[in-house]
Amino acid sequence: MKYALLIHQGTTPTPYDQEAWSRLSEDEQKAVYADYQAVNETPAVTPANFQLQAPETATTVRVEDGQTLTTDGPFVSVKEALGGWLVFEADDIDAAIELASRIPAARMGGAIEVRPIVEY
Amino acid sequence: MHLEQAFREEWGRVLAALIGFLGDFELAEEAAQEAFAAAAERWPRDGTPENPRAWLVTTARNRAIDRIRRDRTLATKTALLDVPEATEDEMDDTTIPDERLELLFTCCHPALALDAQVALTLRTLGGLATDEIARAFLVPEPTMAKRLVRAKKKIKAAGIPFRVPPAHLLPDRLVAVLAVVYLIFNEGYGGRGDLAAEAIRLGRALAELMPDEPEAHGLLALMLLNDARRDARFAEGAIVLLRDQDRSLWDFDQTADGRAALDRALALGGRGPYLLQAAIASLHVDEPPDWPQIAALYGELVRLTGSPVVELNRAAAIAEAGNAEAALAVVDRLQLDDYHYAHATRGELLRRLERTDEARAAYERAIELVHSDPERNFLEQRLAELEPPPA
Repeated sequence: MKYALLIHQGTTPTPYDQEAWSRLSEDEQKAVYADYQAVNETPAVTPANFQLQAPETATTVRVEDGQTLTTDGPFVSVKEALGGWLVFEADDIDAAIELASRIPAARMGGAIEVRPIVEY
Repeated sequence: MHLEQAFREEWGRVLAALIGFLGDFELAEEAAQEAFAAAAERWPRDGTPENPRAWLVTTARNRAIDRIRRDRTLATKTALLDVPEATEDEMDDTTIPDERLELLFTCCHPALALDAQVALTLRTLGGLATDEIARAFLVPEPTMAKRLVRAKKKIKAAGIPFRVPPAHLLPDRLVAVLAVVYLIFNEGYGGRGDLAAEAIRLGRALAELMPDEPEAHGLLALMLLNDARRDARFAEGAIVLLRDQDRSLWDFDQTADGRAALDRALALGGRGPYLLQAAIASLHVDEPPDWPQIAALYGELVRLTGSPVVELNRAAAIAEAGNAEAALAVVDRLQLDDYHYAHATRGELLRRLERTDEARAAYERAIELVHSDPERNFLEQRLAELEPPPA
């Protein structure tokens, strides 16, 4: 099975918000980077090959009656917005849940959504 | 044995074996249904086969393979065609693995919503029909049917494994399984007796399948001990307190069964929440109950669960042990303002301390919050028994 692990930062301090990020100790900041690196280097993980900018920079587009409407911000609230993802190939959902629980956002105020990927 | 009862007993075993073999809930369930229908038609006519379970599994398996052959355009399923066709006399009990435990852990996987876990467990292991489950939980049948279909789809699409979890996951997952069985029991305990019996049946199976797991025996003991007092719990539509219950209505055979399960759990070195609750229930059977010991066990349970509701029960035991003042102090420290039992307990303690006005206010608050009629009737009786307020 292949799973997309969708990372939602929630209230997790990230470098996009320097003030919140700077409240973490240097050791905590290093641990976040080290943990993401360890997750990305886990066998059967395919990290996203790009990084999304902060949800605040998003623009949402809709078309109603042929008219394009744009609004500032992500489709869901900033806190609920997608922050990034990776793809993981595993035997079953238990393995995916275990990997998800090692992603720093899961314990720092965000959450990981585990979504199975359609395979043909 | 009556056919319907035989079916009920065999359904979980047969379905679990089929899911293990086919790896597909939906297909296994359809095949099992066909096999049971065939049995209902043939057995009364041709006689019950020597090994009914093997007959059912083999028949269902062959039906499933036939179906896969018919659907062979579905390329994803062709792998199963390599399985050699079994003939009806090939299988016996020794070749049918008991995979009910795998099935139970799959149904109670935390990636499924709790209500889906409960419904799926009753459907697959309990063999209850969708309409029976719907009635038991007071939801329309189509709602329950959708819930079951959605859960089965998710198991397949999300890759929820059919297995007993590995050691590092087992403690958490076992908690989920026990919780589902106990939830089914409590639904039944509130008045729907068939669900309580079903939960006990599941509890027996679980204790048999995990013989070294103290909490499995603890849960079984707890359910048996509580259920043994079921007939005495209600009278004329009102709850009857333990000390007012007619002991001749208690089922002492079942109590003995429950105590045997409790002894087994204790012998295995258990000290978990179900075991503690069973021990408390067992002490309640004695006349008079050992209230200080009950209060001490509640204290242990509070340390384990941190639950204010359990602390409330500890207070009630302290009161029964003769110290209403100390009990009231415990209740007043609790933050359970929306919980009718907290106010009912306060009312009772204040009554014993002859603080009648405060007792009345507490009972009135409890009545405002209560939802079930038998409990409201009980509280109104208590309130009426208080001395009337000065005119």
